[in-house]
Amino acid sequence: MEAYLLSAIVFIPTLAALIIMMMPEENVTGVRMTASFASLLTVVLSVVAYIFYDPAVARNFEVNIPWVQVMGINYHVAADGVSIAMLLLTSITIFTGCLISWEIKERQKEFFALLLVLVSGVFGVFVSFDVFLFLVFYELAVLPMYLLIGIWGTGRKEYSAMKLTLYLLFGSALLLIPVFGLYVQAHAATGVWSFDYDFLRQNFNMEESWQYIFYPMVFVGFGTIGGLWPVHTWSPDGHASAPSAVSMLHAGVLMKLGGYGIIRIGLQFMPYGAQEWSLFFACLTVVNIVYGSLSAIKQTDMKYIIAYSSVSHLGIVTLGICTLTSAGINGAVYQMFAHGIMTALLFALVGVVYGRLHSRMITDMGGLAKIMPFTTVAFVFAGMTGLGLPGLSGFVSELMVLTGAFSAGVAGTPSPMMKYIALVCLTGVVFTAIYVLRAVQRIFFGQPTEALLRNEHFAHLLDTDRREIFALSILMLTIVLAGAYPVWIIDLINSGLSNDIFPRLGIPTM
Amino acid sequence: MDLILLLIPLIPLAGAVINTFFGRMLEGSSHGHDDGHGSEGEHHTKPIPGILACVMVGISFVLSLIVFFDVLNGQRFNVDYFEWIVAGNFRATLGFLIDPLSATMLLIVTGIGFLIHVYALGYMAHDPDRPRFFNYLNLFIFSMLMLVMGNNLLVMFFGWEAVGLCSYLLIGYFYKKQSATDAGKKAFIVNRIGDFGFGLGIFLIFGTFGTIHFDQLFAAIQNQSNVFAIATTMTAIGMLLFVGAIGKSAQIPLYVWLPDAMEGPTPVSALIHAATMVTAGVFMVARCNPIYSFDIGPAGHILGMSAGDLVTYVGCATAVFAATIGLVQTDIKKVLAYSTVSQLGYMFIGVGVGAYSAGVFHLLTHAFFKALLFLGAGSVIHVMEHGFHKVGLHDDPQDIRNMGGLYSKAKVTAITFIAGWIAISGIPPFSGFFSKDEILSAAYHEGYNGVFWLGILGAMMTAFYMSRLVFLTFFGESRAKPEAREHLHESASVMTVPLMILAFFAVIAGFIGIPEALGGHNWFGHFLAPAVGEHAAPTEVHGFSEGILIGISIFAGLAGIGFAYLMYFKNTPQADKLSTEFKPVYTTLLHKYYVDEAYDKLIVSPIKWCSEKILWKGVDVKIIDGFLNVTAITTDLTGRVLRLFQTGYVQTYAFFISLGLFLIIYYLMK
Repeated sequence: MEAYLLSAIVFIPTLAALIIMMMPEENVTGVRMTASFASLLTVVLSVVAYIFYDPAVARNFEVNIPWVQVMGINYHVAADGVSIAMLLLTSITIFTGCLISWEIKERQKEFFALLLVLVSGVFGVFVSFDVFLFLVFYELAVLPMYLLIGIWGTGRKEYSAMKLTLYLLFGSALLLIPVFGLYVQAHAATGVWSFDYDFLRQNFNMEESWQYIFYPMVFVGFGTIGGLWPVHTWSPDGHASAPSAVSMLHAGVLMKLGGYGIIRIGLQFMPYGAQEWSLFFACLTVVNIVYGSLSAIKQTDMKYIIAYSSVSHLGIVTLGICTLTSAGINGAVYQMFAHGIMTALLFALVGVVYGRLHSRMITDMGGLAKIMPFTTVAFVFAGMTGLGLPGLSGFVSELMVLTGAFSAGVAGTPSPMMKYIALVCLTGVVFTAIYVLRAVQRIFFGQPTEALLRNEHFAHLLDTDRREIFALSILMLTIVLAGAYPVWIIDLINSGLSNDIFPRLGIPTM
Repeated sequence: MDLILLLIPLIPLAGAVINTFFGRMLEGSSHGHDDGHGSEGEHHTKPIPGILACVMVGISFVLSLIVFFDVLNGQRFNVDYFEWIVAGNFRATLGFLIDPLSATMLLIVTGIGFLIHVYALGYMAHDPDRPRFFNYLNLFIFSMLMLVMGNNLLVMFFGWEAVGLCSYLLIGYFYKKQSATDAGKKAFIVNRIGDFGFGLGIFLIFGTFGTIHFDQLFAAIQNQSNVFAIATTMTAIGMLLFVGAIGKSAQIPLYVWLPDAMEGPTPVSALIHAATMVTAGVFMVARCNPIYSFDIGPAGHILGMSAGDLVTYVGCATAVFAATIGLVQTDIKKVLAYSTVSQLGYMFIGVGVGAYSAGVFHLLTHAFFKALLFLGAGSVIHVMEHGFHKVGLHDDPQDIRNMGGLYSKAKVTAITFIAGWIAISGIPPFSGFFSKDEILSAAYHEGYNGVFWLGILGAMMTAFYMSRLVFLTFFGESRAKPEAREHLHESASVMTVPLMILAFFAVIAGFIGIPEALGGHNWFGHFLAPAVGEHAAPTEVHGFSEGILIGISIFAGLAGIGFAYLMYFKNTPQADKLSTEFKPVYTTLLHKYYVDEAYDKLIVSPIKWCSEKILWKGVDVKIIDGFLNVTAITTDLTGRVLRLFQTGYVQTYAFFISLGLFLIIYYLMK
């Protein structure tokens, strides 16, 4: 049974998508229930995977079936600690995302089907241990985004969808070069054509000069989806145009594929390249963190604020990776989890407000706390997570990554310069506080603005209903669980990284 | 005992959780947020959420007493519950350290906290949103307890940030008021600037010693073989941690948030912005005393200062600076706010010069008399508000120019307030005298002569503005509109009883620390010694003797009161004459030296401008997207040009093929 677990998680959403496509158009409830039930099932299975996960084994729930034998492509799925953490993140996000998407008014069938296909791709990436399979799932996850934004989006949706797609395709194209380089060089060295992750890992060491060339391609290629500055500008527009559930999934999970890919492929196969380039990319991540938070200060569209905050927070992921320390990389993965849940919560809340007021301009709001107390509490809660309040999840990752950065020189790894980079990053905590509190105040506190009073939807504004409260509470509970007692996630992540990434980088495992 | 320690913070937390989920239910109201029915509906709700909150803090207080008596018997607890955050070599547990220092803080937080909770039952009785208020208040007690109990810097930092959150929520409690939410936001952001330094300090400690647990850290400092190697680092650590204290304890230059924080309900000002949270910085310096005492002379100094010097100078500057602003303020809470800033400065002088127990002693006495003064001010405001409300006036109930003659209207409030006034003015044998005097004489004996004299000047101003406040509020003729005067009545006993209890302690609390010079034996100093070290009394007296110092200090207090008596007691016109004669000085003080305006021009506006004009509309839209668009346009143009060749006509292709052939042949023949 164990062997089917991961495949079940990956393909249940696709199956549900097929079922949904066969349903009659009018059966909206059926469509929603199918999608929600399928995603709930993935949550349950991910939790099962977490419970039965054995940290002593490098590849849990492994299945390795030849797929295209001539080219050495296998259907190799398995899970280590990092995968499990990402599965939990993805399943929670898609489940709550489905619950929030009941707002979608047109073409529900196609919307949910596409959303589920996308999620299959994401799950697939996180369990693939075959590089080719990894890329297949990666593209499967990225492409439906074009349609989801282009059809169900708002505002300049065609422009945003196209911008996003072009950016991500550029990233993918950049990735193909090092991946095929790896494939060809491994063949030259071993005489075997293989994409198998573990085969490559155990039997092949890339030449240092090639690592030096390929690592930045991997980093920028994955960095594009991971919100790396300066290839991040698709993200504010994309998020602003996307419907809430898509934003949740996109910022919550898809952008995490970037950091995940850099760790799985970049650090694994090009450790020397990573050491050579880390300082350079660390400088870019500083720009990410400070620039993202500074840019968010004067935004007036709620979604732009959160999108820029994502740019800032994802800088912590890439910075963590660049520290090349155990604390930093663990922190990076932890941040992928923590930020995923937090940003899903934020986008869900924007969805709640937007769905009711049909406006996202914080300058046109004010005084919503009185009518929407639960939404207010949830928003303040999410904001506090974002600005790194201890006891909530955001703080843990910032602490871990900065600890990594501050100890980087000490551990004999890249450079004492990292300390100064971390110092600049720390200024982000001030700017983050500014934009979070500004948004909270403008939206929820004070008196309703003129514009709000003129808004026709304001008269019959209601707070969250039970379904929304349920979805938001799941996310908030996860944040508390992860923040107040983070050791369970840290241990999970660390067990995964200690198996193959840390030894490769020569980092002592903790 | 481990369990008791854990329960002390957890019980108030439980109170907050219960009020979050069941507050409305306990209150028995079904439409709590509906203001339309609010004014009538609120009287029918039961005060259960508030009582629950009081009981929770009361239980915590009793448990703290048990712990305190154990500590009194020489016990010390250092308990780790579980591993909280692990990252590489970084390990932090959730653990508590209970020694005389934290045991004292426990009693202050839960004891004064309890009294203020009870007081708030009366003060907030007509607020439609009480469950939320008591929820925040309980959450604050929990956070503050975590701050003082933590056995490592991370638990302390947790409390440090969490009290900041509660402070933010409570300052902005009246969230419909723009000024209140502005003040909350300002408090949080200014504190964040301090936290930046505090965070750096923690990282630097971890980087240097590999631990953030107090016991291990202090042992590592003590066992350091090569003190010169870490001397500068230690100074830097001390200064960075102190940056956090500057934010939290409202010192120059980050004090600006505290006066604005008076937007919060008055019990909040008493609890958070006078008695407990703002003293966290002083507590932190006392807790980390091995860092601040680690001074090997000029070799380890930064900018010619040791960390302790910096603490002393900042404290001293703040003590005097804030007192000058307090001289002219007309809002009763604003006067007290600047007074708090100033008194915190005195505490920092104490811990800065190495007299940690003196600093903590002043923290203790100040907690009593300033909580008393704030609650008294709250009672006065309550009285005034009630009077104005009865006759439909909208005069400012906090403006002392509308008061006067309240002594006969509200006797308990007046008498207790007067006790607080004498205590803060430094008149023996009231509590403030002993603690302030101990600080100033310690500064003198440590060679900070300038600090001593400035401190005396500040003490004189303190006595002056407090006397001015008392005279204008309680004595003379009432300046309230005549119709309102007869409606001024004393507050309910749920408010006055806490006042009496606090007044009692404000009077006697000083006796636990009577200095040797006055025939006492400084019991409090000896009690704290295991945690903060004994501050050695000077062996040989240079300059003035202890007795003369005490004399100077008493004289300063009396002089301040005397001036105020002459100027304000009988509503004499001197005060107005002075303010017109020294108009520029007066205006500058009234506008608080224009510091807020300067910060706005020099820091806030440039950041906003940079965010909008440079980053968002500049770099992102113009440069990066511009580049992208240029790429797109180029691609498009290239496509259009190339398309011209792809006409689909065989003739065109044939033409270009011939042309190509011709060119190649031409090239080869040349």
